[in-house]
Amino acid sequence: MRDLMIEETAGLKVSGVHITRKGSVLLDVPQLSLNGPGPTLILGPNGAGKSLLLRCLHGLISPDCGRVTQGGVPLNAVHKSQQAMVFQQPVLLRRSVAGNLDFALKRVGLARAERKKKIADLLAEGGLSEKARQSAKYLSGGEAQRLAVLRALALSPKTLFLDEPTSSLDPGATQAIERMILSASSQGVRIVMVTHDIGQARRLASDVVMMQGGYVVEHGAAKQVLDSPASEASRRYLAGRLVT
Amino acid sequence: MQGFSSEFSAALALIFRGDAELWSIVLLSLEVSILAVLISAVIGMPLGAALAVARFPGRRVLIILMNALMGLPPVVVGLLVYLMLSRSGPLGVFELLYTPTAMIIAQVVLVTPIISALTRQVVEILAEEYAEQLRSLGVSRLASVPVLLWDARLALVTALLAGFGRAIAEVGAVIIVGGNINHVTRVMTTTIALETSKGNLALALALGAILIGIAVAVNAMVSTLTLRAEQEGLRHA
Repeated sequence: MRDLMIEETAGLKVSGVHITRKGSVLLDVPQLSLNGPGPTLILGPNGAGKSLLLRCLHGLISPDCGRVTQGGVPLNAVHKSQQAMVFQQPVLLRRSVAGNLDFALKRVGLARAERKKKIADLLAEGGLSEKARQSAKYLSGGEAQRLAVLRALALSPKTLFLDEPTSSLDPGATQAIERMILSASSQGVRIVMVTHDIGQARRLASDVVMMQGGYVVEHGAAKQVLDSPASEASRRYLAGRLVT
Repeated sequence: MQGFSSEFSAALALIFRGDAELWSIVLLSLEVSILAVLISAVIGMPLGAALAVARFPGRRVLIILMNALMGLPPVVVGLLVYLMLSRSGPLGVFELLYTPTAMIIAQVVLVTPIISALTRQVVEILAEEYAEQLRSLGVSRLASVPVLLWDARLALVTALLAGFGRAIAEVGAVIIVGGNINHVTRVMTTTIALETSKGNLALALALGAILIGIAVAVNAMVSTLTLRAEQEGLRHA
Protein backbone atom coordinates (compact mmCIF):
# COMPACT_ATOMS: atom_id res chain seq x y z
CA MET A 1 0.00 0.00 0.00
CA ARG A 2 2.84 2.34 0.95
CA ASP A 3 4.63 1.59 -2.35
CA LEU A 4 1.48 2.39 -4.28
CA MET A 5 1.21 5.72 -2.51
CA ILE A 6 4.81 6.59 -3.35
CA GLU A 7 4.14 5.73 -6.99
CA GLU A 8 1.07 7.93 -6.93
CA THR A 9 2.84 10.95 -5.48
CA ALA A 10 5.86 10.59 -7.75
CA GLY A 11 3.70 10.29 -10.87
CA LEU A 12 3.34 12.70 -13.74
CA LYS A 13 -0.06 14.25 -14.09
CA VAL A 14 -1.52 16.38 -16.85
CA SER A 15 -4.49 18.57 -15.94
CA GLY A 16 -6.50 20.64 -18.42
CA VAL A 17 -3.62 21.00 -20.84
CA HIS A 18 -4.68 22.76 -24.02
CA ILE A 19 -2.67 23.98 -27.01
CA THR A 20 -4.21 25.65 -30.05
CA ARG A 21 -2.44 27.22 -33.01
CA LYS A 22 -4.20 29.28 -35.67
CA GLY A 23 -7.58 28.08 -34.45
CA SER A 24 -6.71 24.37 -34.59
CA VAL A 25 -6.63 22.26 -31.46
CA LEU A 26 -3.25 20.55 -31.32
CA LEU A 27 -3.55 19.13 -27.83
CA ASP A 28 -6.45 18.87 -25.43
CA VAL A 29 -5.86 16.64 -22.44
CA PRO A 30 -8.25 17.29 -19.55
CA GLN A 31 -6.73 14.62 -17.30
CA LEU A 32 -3.92 12.08 -17.64
CA SER A 33 -1.93 10.35 -14.90
CA LEU A 34 1.20 8.39 -15.67
CA ASN A 35 1.87 6.39 -12.55
CA GLY A 36 2.74 2.93 -13.78
CA PRO A 37 6.13 1.54 -12.84
CA GLY A 38 6.73 0.08 -16.31
CA PRO A 39 7.15 1.84 -19.65
CA THR A 40 4.28 4.01 -20.88
CA LEU A 41 3.94 4.04 -24.65
CA ILE A 42 2.01 6.75 -26.44
CA LEU A 43 0.49 5.51 -29.70
CA GLY A 44 -1.42 7.23 -32.45
CA PRO A 45 -1.29 8.48 -36.03
CA ASN A 46 0.69 11.50 -37.24
CA GLY A 47 -0.71 14.74 -35.90
CA ALA A 48 -2.30 13.00 -32.92
CA GLY A 49 -0.37 15.26 -30.52
CA LYS A 50 1.94 12.56 -29.15
CA SER A 51 5.19 14.49 -29.52
CA LEU A 52 3.54 17.66 -28.29
CA LEU A 53 2.32 15.86 -25.16
CA LEU A 54 5.82 14.48 -24.60
CA ARG A 55 7.32 17.99 -24.88
CA CYS A 56 4.73 19.33 -22.42
CA LEU A 57 5.61 16.55 -19.97
CA HIS A 58 9.31 17.43 -20.31
CA GLY A 59 8.68 21.17 -20.02
CA LEU A 60 9.98 21.99 -23.50
CA ILE A 61 6.61 23.49 -24.42
CA SER A 62 4.34 25.48 -22.16
CA PRO A 63 0.66 24.76 -22.79
CA ASP A 64 -1.77 27.63 -23.43
CA CYS A 65 -3.55 26.57 -20.26
CA GLY A 66 -3.52 23.73 -17.78
CA ARG A 67 -0.51 22.27 -16.07
CA VAL A 68 1.80 19.34 -15.73
CA THR A 69 2.63 18.22 -12.21
CA GLN A 70 5.01 15.71 -10.78
CA GLY A 71 4.40 14.38 -7.30
CA GLY A 72 1.54 16.87 -6.99
CA VAL A 73 3.62 20.01 -7.65
CA PRO A 74 3.92 21.90 -10.94
CA LEU A 75 6.88 20.82 -13.05
CA ASN A 76 9.88 22.79 -11.83
CA ALA A 77 13.64 23.01 -12.46
CA VAL A 78 14.37 20.16 -10.05
CA HIS A 79 11.90 17.87 -11.83
CA LYS A 80 13.35 18.85 -15.21
CA SER A 81 16.85 18.07 -14.01
CA GLN A 82 15.61 14.57 -13.20
CA GLN A 83 14.27 14.07 -16.71
CA ALA A 84 15.97 13.40 -20.02
CA MET A 85 14.74 13.12 -23.57
CA VAL A 86 15.75 11.29 -26.72
CA PHE A 87 14.49 12.78 -29.96
CA GLN A 88 13.36 11.12 -33.16
CA GLN A 89 16.45 12.38 -34.98
CA PRO A 90 19.41 12.19 -32.62
CA VAL A 91 20.93 15.61 -32.09
CA LEU A 92 24.57 14.90 -31.37
CA LEU A 93 27.06 17.57 -30.46
CA ARG A 94 29.88 18.10 -32.96
CA ARG A 95 32.36 16.31 -30.75
CA SER A 96 33.64 12.81 -30.29
CA VAL A 97 31.39 9.99 -29.11
CA ALA A 98 32.97 10.20 -25.64
CA GLY A 99 32.75 14.02 -25.78
CA ASN A 100 28.97 13.80 -26.11
CA LEU A 101 28.74 11.69 -22.96
CA ASP A 102 31.25 13.90 -21.18
CA PHE A 103 29.08 16.94 -21.89
CA ALA A 104 26.07 15.32 -20.19
CA LEU A 105 28.14 14.08 -17.25
CA LYS A 106 29.54 17.59 -16.71
CA ARG A 107 25.94 18.79 -16.49
CA VAL A 108 25.37 16.52 -13.50
CA GLY A 109 28.57 17.79 -11.91
CA LEU A 110 30.71 14.66 -11.92
CA ALA A 111 34.45 15.09 -11.36
CA ARG A 112 36.87 14.25 -14.17
CA ALA A 113 37.90 10.82 -12.86
CA GLU A 114 34.28 9.81 -12.24
CA ARG A 115 33.31 11.00 -15.68
CA LYS A 116 36.05 8.96 -17.30
CA LYS A 117 34.89 5.79 -15.58
CA LYS A 118 31.22 6.47 -16.26
CA ILE A 119 31.95 7.16 -19.95
CA ALA A 120 33.75 3.81 -20.25
CA ASP A 121 30.82 2.02 -18.57
CA LEU A 122 28.22 3.72 -20.75
CA LEU A 123 30.15 3.08 -23.96
CA ALA A 124 30.50 -0.59 -23.04
CA GLU A 125 26.78 -0.76 -22.32
CA GLY A 126 25.95 0.73 -25.72
CA GLY A 127 28.59 -1.28 -27.60
CA LEU A 128 30.41 1.89 -28.63
CA SER A 129 33.71 1.47 -26.77
CA GLU A 130 35.66 1.14 -30.02
CA LYS A 131 34.29 4.44 -31.29
CA ALA A 132 34.96 6.57 -28.20
CA ARG A 133 37.35 8.95 -29.95
CA GLN A 134 35.55 9.02 -33.26
CA SER A 135 33.57 12.08 -34.28
CA ALA A 136 29.90 11.47 -33.45
CA LYS A 137 28.85 12.66 -36.89
CA TYR A 138 30.35 9.56 -38.51
CA LEU A 139 28.18 7.13 -36.54
CA SER A 140 25.53 5.10 -38.34
CA GLY A 141 21.87 5.89 -37.61
CA GLY A 142 21.60 3.07 -35.08
CA GLU A 143 24.87 3.98 -33.35
CA ALA A 144 23.89 7.65 -33.23
CA GLN A 145 20.58 6.84 -31.58
CA ARG A 146 22.33 4.48 -29.12
CA LEU A 147 24.66 7.32 -28.23
CA ALA A 148 21.69 9.66 -27.79
CA VAL A 149 20.08 7.16 -25.39
CA LEU A 150 23.37 6.70 -23.50
CA ARG A 151 23.80 10.46 -23.21
CA ALA A 152 20.28 10.76 -21.82
CA LEU A 153 21.00 7.95 -19.35
CA ALA A 154 24.26 9.66 -18.37
CA LEU A 155 22.10 12.29 -16.68
CA SER A 156 20.79 9.53 -14.35
CA PRO A 157 17.21 10.59 -15.04
CA LYS A 158 14.23 9.42 -13.03
CA THR A 159 12.09 9.83 -16.15
CA LEU A 160 13.25 9.21 -19.71
CA PHE A 161 11.14 10.52 -22.58
CA LEU A 162 11.71 9.04 -26.03
CA ASP A 163 10.10 10.45 -29.15
CA GLU A 164 9.92 7.70 -31.77
CA PRO A 165 13.58 6.80 -31.21
CA THR A 166 13.49 3.83 -33.59
CA SER A 167 11.32 5.21 -36.39
CA SER A 168 14.19 5.31 -38.89
CA LEU A 169 16.13 2.27 -37.68
CA ASP A 170 16.36 -1.27 -39.00
CA PRO A 171 15.16 -4.21 -36.84
CA GLY A 172 18.63 -4.92 -35.41
CA ALA A 173 19.22 -1.33 -34.37
CA THR A 174 15.65 -1.14 -33.03
CA GLN A 175 16.26 -4.22 -30.91
CA ALA A 176 19.44 -2.69 -29.45
CA ILE A 177 17.55 0.48 -28.46
CA GLU A 178 14.68 -1.54 -26.99
CA ARG A 179 17.14 -3.54 -24.90
CA MET A 180 18.59 -0.32 -23.51
CA ILE A 181 15.11 1.00 -22.74
CA LEU A 182 14.06 -2.17 -20.93
CA SER A 183 17.33 -2.23 -19.02
CA ALA A 184 16.81 1.37 -17.89
CA SER A 185 13.22 0.60 -16.94
CA SER A 186 14.30 -2.42 -14.89
CA GLN A 187 16.69 -0.09 -13.02
CA GLY A 188 13.80 2.14 -12.02
CA VAL A 189 13.85 4.79 -14.76
CA ARG A 190 10.30 5.76 -15.69
CA ILE A 191 9.96 5.43 -19.46
CA VAL A 192 7.51 7.51 -21.47
CA MET A 193 7.85 6.82 -25.17
CA VAL A 194 6.07 7.80 -28.36
CA THR A 195 5.85 5.23 -31.13
CA HIS A 196 3.91 4.35 -34.27
CA ASP A 197 4.94 0.74 -33.99
CA ILE A 198 2.21 -1.44 -32.50
CA GLY A 199 4.61 -4.38 -32.25
CA GLN A 200 7.00 -2.22 -30.25
CA ALA A 201 4.18 -1.23 -27.93
CA ARG A 202 3.44 -4.91 -27.35
CA ARG A 203 7.11 -5.63 -26.63
CA LEU A 204 7.74 -2.73 -24.28
CA ALA A 205 4.61 -1.21 -22.85
CA SER A 206 3.25 -1.63 -19.40
CA ASP A 207 0.53 0.89 -20.16
CA VAL A 208 -0.56 2.52 -23.40
CA VAL A 209 -1.94 5.98 -24.12
CA MET A 210 -3.84 6.10 -27.42
CA MET A 211 -4.13 9.53 -29.01
CA GLN A 212 -5.93 10.97 -31.97
CA GLY A 213 -6.46 14.53 -33.17
CA GLY A 214 -4.87 16.04 -30.08
CA TYR A 215 -7.01 14.02 -27.67
CA VAL A 216 -6.28 11.03 -25.46
CA VAL A 217 -8.84 8.49 -26.64
CA GLU A 218 -7.79 5.69 -24.32
CA HIS A 219 -5.32 4.96 -21.55
CA GLY A 220 -4.90 1.68 -19.78
CA ALA A 221 -2.83 -1.43 -19.24
CA ALA A 222 -1.01 -2.41 -22.44
CA LYS A 223 -2.68 -5.78 -22.78
CA GLN A 224 -6.13 -4.32 -22.32
CA VAL A 225 -5.70 -1.42 -24.75
CA LEU A 226 -3.87 -3.44 -27.39
CA ASP A 227 -6.03 -6.58 -27.23
CA SER A 228 -9.43 -5.17 -26.33
CA PRO A 229 -9.46 -1.47 -27.22
CA ALA A 230 -12.45 0.36 -25.84
CA SER A 231 -12.58 3.20 -28.35
CA GLU A 232 -13.38 3.04 -32.04
CA ALA A 233 -10.30 5.19 -32.83
CA SER A 234 -8.02 2.68 -31.05
CA ARG A 235 -9.68 -0.26 -32.79
CA ARG A 236 -9.22 1.33 -36.21
CA TYR A 237 -5.58 2.24 -35.50
CA LEU A 238 -4.71 -1.18 -34.10
CA ALA A 239 -6.49 -2.91 -36.97
CA GLY A 240 -4.10 -1.09 -39.31
CA ARG A 241 -6.82 0.96 -40.95
CA LEU A 242 -5.94 4.45 -42.12
CA VAL A 243 -6.78 6.90 -39.38
CA THR A 244 -6.74 10.68 -39.82
CA MET B 1 57.56 44.54 -71.02
CA GLN B 2 61.28 44.28 -70.44
CA GLY B 3 60.90 46.85 -67.67
CA PHE B 4 58.27 44.75 -66.00
CA SER B 5 60.33 41.56 -66.10
CA SER B 6 63.38 43.33 -64.70
CA GLU B 7 61.24 44.82 -61.91
CA PHE B 8 59.85 41.35 -61.24
CA SER B 9 63.35 39.85 -61.08
CA ALA B 10 64.37 42.61 -58.69
CA ALA B 11 61.27 41.84 -56.58
CA LEU B 12 62.20 38.16 -56.38
CA ALA B 13 65.75 39.12 -55.43
CA LEU B 14 64.40 41.29 -52.60
CA ILE B 15 62.34 38.39 -51.29
CA PHE B 16 64.94 35.66 -51.52
CA ARG B 17 67.99 37.56 -50.33
CA GLY B 18 66.05 38.41 -47.16
CA ASP B 19 65.90 42.19 -47.56
CA ALA B 20 65.67 43.54 -44.00
CA GLU B 21 63.37 46.45 -44.82
CA LEU B 22 60.97 44.26 -46.76
CA TRP B 23 60.71 41.61 -44.06
CA SER B 24 60.31 44.16 -41.25
CA ILE B 25 57.32 45.57 -43.16
CA VAL B 26 55.89 42.06 -43.59
CA LEU B 27 56.36 41.28 -39.89
CA LEU B 28 54.70 44.51 -38.77
CA SER B 29 51.77 43.85 -41.12
CA LEU B 30 51.30 40.36 -39.72
CA GLU B 31 51.65 41.57 -36.13
CA VAL B 32 49.06 44.32 -36.57
CA SER B 33 46.56 42.19 -38.50
CA ILE B 34 46.85 39.06 -36.33
CA LEU B 35 46.43 41.09 -33.14
CA ALA B 36 43.47 42.96 -34.64
CA VAL B 37 41.80 39.68 -35.68
CA LEU B 38 42.39 38.12 -32.25
CA ILE B 39 40.90 41.12 -30.45
CA SER B 40 38.00 41.20 -32.91
CA ALA B 41 37.41 37.47 -32.34
CA VAL B 42 37.30 37.93 -28.57
CA ILE B 43 34.71 40.71 -28.99
CA GLY B 44 32.88 39.58 -32.12
CA MET B 45 32.39 35.86 -31.56
CA PRO B 46 30.55 36.01 -28.21
CA LEU B 47 28.63 39.04 -29.48
CA GLY B 48 27.54 37.25 -32.66
CA ALA B 49 26.67 34.06 -30.77
CA ALA B 50 24.69 35.99 -28.14
CA LEU B 51 22.77 37.74 -30.88
CA ALA B 52 22.07 34.35 -32.48
CA VAL B 53 20.47 32.88 -29.36
CA ALA B 54 18.98 35.91 -27.61
CA ARG B 55 15.43 37.03 -28.27
CA PHE B 56 14.59 40.67 -27.55
CA PRO B 57 12.77 43.55 -29.25
CA GLY B 58 15.00 45.24 -31.81
CA ARG B 59 17.11 42.14 -32.44
CA ARG B 60 16.32 42.17 -36.17
CA VAL B 61 17.36 45.82 -36.42
CA LEU B 62 20.61 45.05 -34.63
CA ILE B 63 21.33 42.17 -37.04
CA ILE B 64 20.67 44.41 -40.06
CA LEU B 65 22.95 47.05 -38.55
CA MET B 66 25.69 44.51 -37.89
CA ASN B 67 25.47 43.15 -41.42
CA ALA B 68 25.62 46.69 -42.79
CA LEU B 69 28.73 47.41 -40.72
CA MET B 70 30.51 44.59 -42.57
CA GLY B 71 30.80 46.99 -45.47
CA LEU B 72 32.14 49.94 -43.50
CA PRO B 73 34.27 52.18 -45.77
CA PRO B 74 37.83 51.91 -44.41
CA VAL B 75 38.63 55.57 -45.01
CA VAL B 76 35.60 56.60 -42.95
CA VAL B 77 36.71 54.29 -40.14
CA GLY B 78 40.20 55.72 -40.45
CA LEU B 79 38.81 59.24 -40.18
CA LEU B 80 36.65 58.40 -37.13
CA VAL B 81 39.51 56.63 -35.32
CA TYR B 82 41.78 59.55 -36.26
CA LEU B 83 39.31 61.99 -34.68
CA MET B 84 39.09 59.86 -31.53
CA LEU B 85 42.87 59.53 -31.18
CA SER B 86 43.96 62.98 -32.32
CA ARG B 87 45.35 65.35 -29.71
CA SER B 88 41.99 67.12 -29.31
CA GLY B 89 39.95 63.88 -29.44
CA PRO B 90 38.55 62.01 -26.44
CA LEU B 91 41.41 59.47 -26.48
CA GLY B 92 44.10 61.99 -27.44
CA VAL B 93 45.65 61.81 -24.00
CA PHE B 94 46.96 58.31 -24.78
CA GLU B 95 49.01 59.63 -27.75
CA LEU B 96 48.25 56.62 -29.90
CA LEU B 97 47.97 58.34 -33.25
CA TYR B 98 50.59 57.22 -35.80
CA THR B 99 51.45 54.11 -33.81
CA PRO B 100 50.82 50.44 -34.62
CA THR B 101 48.25 50.47 -31.77
CA ALA B 102 46.18 53.03 -33.68
CA MET B 103 46.30 50.77 -36.72
CA ILE B 104 45.18 47.80 -34.63
CA ILE B 105 42.26 49.86 -33.26
CA ALA B 106 41.17 50.85 -36.77
CA GLN B 107 41.39 47.26 -37.98
CA VAL B 108 39.45 46.01 -34.94
CA VAL B 109 36.65 48.45 -35.83
CA LEU B 110 36.63 47.12 -39.39
CA VAL B 111 37.00 43.41 -38.61
CA THR B 112 34.73 43.01 -35.55
CA PRO B 113 31.47 43.46 -37.52
CA ILE B 114 32.64 40.89 -40.08
CA ILE B 115 33.48 38.28 -37.44
CA SER B 116 30.36 38.94 -35.36
CA ALA B 117 27.99 38.92 -38.35
CA LEU B 118 29.45 35.68 -39.76
CA THR B 119 29.45 34.13 -36.27
CA ARG B 120 25.80 35.10 -35.83
CA GLN B 121 24.90 33.36 -39.09
CA VAL B 122 26.81 30.16 -38.33
CA VAL B 123 25.68 29.95 -34.69
CA GLU B 124 22.03 30.71 -35.45
CA ILE B 125 21.79 27.69 -37.76
CA LEU B 126 23.45 25.45 -35.16
CA ALA B 127 21.36 26.91 -32.33
CA GLU B 128 18.21 25.98 -34.21
CA GLU B 129 19.44 22.40 -34.56
CA TYR B 130 20.53 22.17 -30.92
CA ALA B 131 17.70 24.19 -29.32
CA GLU B 132 15.50 21.42 -27.92
CA GLN B 133 18.40 19.12 -27.10
CA LEU B 134 20.24 21.77 -25.11
CA ARG B 135 17.08 22.79 -23.28
CA SER B 136 16.45 19.14 -22.52
CA LEU B 137 19.97 18.92 -21.10
CA GLY B 138 19.18 21.93 -18.91
CA VAL B 139 21.41 24.39 -20.77
CA SER B 140 20.04 27.94 -20.70
CA ARG B 141 20.21 30.27 -23.73
CA LEU B 142 23.12 32.20 -22.22
CA ALA B 143 24.99 29.04 -21.21
CA SER B 144 24.52 27.68 -24.73
CA VAL B 145 26.77 30.43 -26.19
CA PRO B 146 30.13 28.75 -25.38
CA VAL B 147 28.72 25.34 -26.36
CA LEU B 148 27.60 26.65 -29.74
CA LEU B 149 30.85 28.54 -30.33
CA TRP B 150 32.87 25.41 -29.58
CA ASP B 151 30.74 23.15 -31.75
CA ALA B 152 30.79 25.65 -34.62
CA ARG B 153 34.56 26.09 -34.36
CA LEU B 154 35.39 24.66 -37.78
CA ALA B 155 32.89 26.94 -39.51
CA LEU B 156 34.05 29.89 -37.41
CA VAL B 157 37.59 29.53 -38.76
CA THR B 158 36.12 30.87 -42.00
CA ALA B 159 34.89 33.94 -40.13
CA LEU B 160 38.40 34.48 -38.75
CA LEU B 161 39.86 34.07 -42.23
CA ALA B 162 37.45 36.61 -43.67
CA GLY B 163 38.45 39.00 -40.89
CA PHE B 164 42.14 38.39 -41.48
CA GLY B 165 41.68 38.92 -45.21
CA ARG B 166 40.02 42.25 -44.56
CA ALA B 167 42.70 43.31 -42.07
CA ILE B 168 45.81 42.34 -44.01
CA ALA B 169 44.54 43.85 -47.28
CA GLU B 170 43.34 47.10 -45.72
CA VAL B 171 44.93 50.42 -46.78
CA GLY B 172 42.61 53.39 -46.23
CA ALA B 173 42.16 53.27 -42.47
CA VAL B 174 45.72 52.30 -41.52
CA ILE B 175 47.29 54.98 -43.70
CA ILE B 176 45.15 57.66 -41.98
CA VAL B 177 45.77 56.58 -38.38
CA GLY B 178 49.24 55.07 -38.91
CA GLY B 179 50.67 57.77 -41.17
CA ASN B 180 52.80 55.26 -43.14
CA ILE B 181 55.92 56.21 -41.15
CA ASN B 182 59.02 54.32 -42.24
CA HIS B 183 60.10 51.61 -39.74
CA VAL B 184 57.19 52.55 -37.43
CA THR B 185 53.81 52.15 -39.09
CA ARG B 186 54.63 51.17 -42.65
CA VAL B 187 52.80 47.96 -43.54
CA MET B 188 52.59 45.99 -46.78
CA THR B 189 49.56 47.67 -48.30
CA THR B 190 50.58 51.23 -47.47
CA THR B 191 54.10 50.56 -48.74
CA ILE B 192 52.77 49.14 -52.00
CA ALA B 193 50.67 52.30 -52.49
CA LEU B 194 53.59 54.58 -51.65
CA GLU B 195 56.30 52.76 -53.61
CA THR B 196 54.08 52.41 -56.69
CA SER B 197 53.47 56.16 -56.68
CA LYS B 198 57.24 56.66 -56.39
CA GLY B 199 57.88 54.26 -59.27
CA ASN B 200 59.73 51.75 -57.07
CA LEU B 201 57.89 48.78 -58.52
CA ALA B 202 60.31 46.10 -57.30
CA LEU B 203 59.49 46.59 -53.60
CA ALA B 204 55.78 47.00 -54.38
CA LEU B 205 55.76 43.80 -56.44
CA ALA B 206 57.71 41.87 -53.80
CA LEU B 207 55.25 42.90 -51.10
CA GLY B 208 52.30 42.14 -53.38
CA ALA B 209 53.63 38.64 -54.02
CA ILE B 210 54.13 38.05 -50.28
CA LEU B 211 50.63 39.36 -49.56
CA ILE B 212 49.11 36.90 -52.01
CA GLY B 213 51.38 34.15 -50.66
CA ILE B 214 50.18 34.79 -47.11
CA ALA B 215 46.53 34.63 -48.21
CA VAL B 216 47.10 31.33 -50.03
CA ALA B 217 49.18 29.85 -47.18
CA VAL B 218 46.63 30.74 -44.48
CA ASN B 219 43.77 29.30 -46.53
CA ALA B 220 45.70 26.13 -47.31
CA MET B 221 46.64 25.68 -43.66
CA VAL B 222 43.07 26.09 -42.45
CA SER B 223 41.74 23.83 -45.17
CA THR B 224 44.24 21.11 -44.24
CA LEU B 225 43.49 21.42 -40.53
CA THR B 226 39.74 21.26 -41.14
CA LEU B 227 40.06 18.23 -43.38
CA ARG B 228 42.29 16.44 -40.88
CA ALA B 229 39.93 17.20 -38.00
CA GLU B 230 37.00 15.87 -40.00
CA GLN B 231 38.82 12.72 -41.06
CA GLU B 232 40.27 11.77 -37.73
CA GLY B 233 37.31 12.80 -35.62
CA LEU B 234 37.61 15.51 -33.08
CA ARG B 235 39.47 15.04 -29.90
CA HIS B 236 37.29 14.42 -26.93
CA ALA B 237 36.41 17.84 -25.52
